[in-house]
Amino acid sequence: MHDPHVILKVISKFLVPFIALFAFYVQFHGDFGPGGGFQAGVILASAVILYALIFGLEAAKKAFPPSWVRIGMSSGVLLYGGTGVLTWILGGDFLSYGVLAHDPAHGQHYGIIAVELGVLCSVTTVMIAIFYAFGSRQPEVDEDNW
Amino acid sequence: MMLSSYAVAPTIILDLALMAILIIVAFSIVRMRSLFAIVMLQGVYSLVSAAWFVSLDAVDVAFTEAAVGAGVSTVLMLAAMLLANRKSDPVPISKQIAPLLVVIVAGLAMFYAIGDMPAFGDVNSPANTGVGMDYIERTTKEIHIPNVVTAVLASYRGYDTFGEAVVIFSAGLGVLLLLGLNGNAGRWTASPSGQHTYPPMAPSANSRLRSSRDNIKSVTSSAVKKTSVSTARKSKKKRFKDKGDN
Repeated sequence: MHDPHVILKVISKFLVPFIALFAFYVQFHGDFGPGGGFQAGVILASAVILYALIFGLEAAKKAFPPSWVRIGMSSGVLLYGGTGVLTWILGGDFLSYGVLAHDPAHGQHYGIIAVELGVLCSVTTVMIAIFYAFGSRQPEVDEDNW
Repeated sequence: MMLSSYAVAPTIILDLALMAILIIVAFSIVRMRSLFAIVMLQGVYSLVSAAWFVSLDAVDVAFTEAAVGAGVSTVLMLAAMLLANRKSDPVPISKQIAPLLVVIVAGLAMFYAIGDMPAFGDVNSPANTGVGMDYIERTTKEIHIPNVVTAVLASYRGYDTFGEAVVIFSAGLGVLLLLGLNGNAGRWTASPSGQHTYPPMAPSANSRLRSSRDNIKSVTSSAVKKTSVSTARKSKKKRFKDKGDN
């Protein structure tokens, strides 16, 4: 039996790594162009979701285990809040990144990078969590059921 | 001078065309009954509005709209749609009058408010006179990054963004608490007054699915039979009781 979705599978296998790469470009280029943690997180999640749509939920859960979701969700928010607590400890106000380095501008850079990483972490995992939660509740769709 | 150059700008034709497409898509979403087509058209709506935001020079907003609105929310709506019927039932005209009145009143109020809005790109608008100019001036001095939007989002308005991250976290937490990561919540069965009633109605997408689906069908039908038998018995009893009373 030949696979009826062979074109979709080949194309999406080619696209998924580029989508993930684009997400990281959006993440780390956010200081210079449009983008940031939220958009990058959604794009990274959509790479996993595309993989799940084409290759099935079980394969996607092998590639991105659900246990990562719980860890990522909470560690993202913790990273954001932890940056604020760190600035507290270093003698500044909550989330005023100037104290993170000798040069306040560098401190701002570090703070923004940490905070955006936290946002990326939790947005990606929450989007994947919602997709897994909904996708696991329904049977695979038949070919002629669309 | 500025006004005339704005009037001849070709982008306004593009804006009008995009707005027209938005209106057409919105009306077809309202008129359609097939949920699959509606979900797809919602994605189209988001993509067209993203194009419109680009034409208004709001690239960050456009980027978010394209990624969240056209990308992920379409997929989530599809996943939610698969749990429901494929077509929505037609709504009778009598039930459409009240929503129509609400829409008309709200729309008229918005048209009334247009007069008070600043013109597009107005120098004296609140966005261009208040704290916004301060951010633009101070970003180059204090943060040294070219994108002011990122500076405002992550540094000057860090509290707000922290709030957004927490909102997203709690949304995910709520979904996980209600549905479970593997759809395990669907396997939980209610047992009112210690009675085991139904097998899980929301099976998880695994290989055992077909057999479990068949199981559900047979068990459901037997359960239905049981209940019908018991109600028949009850009515019989009642009849006997009535006879006894007589």
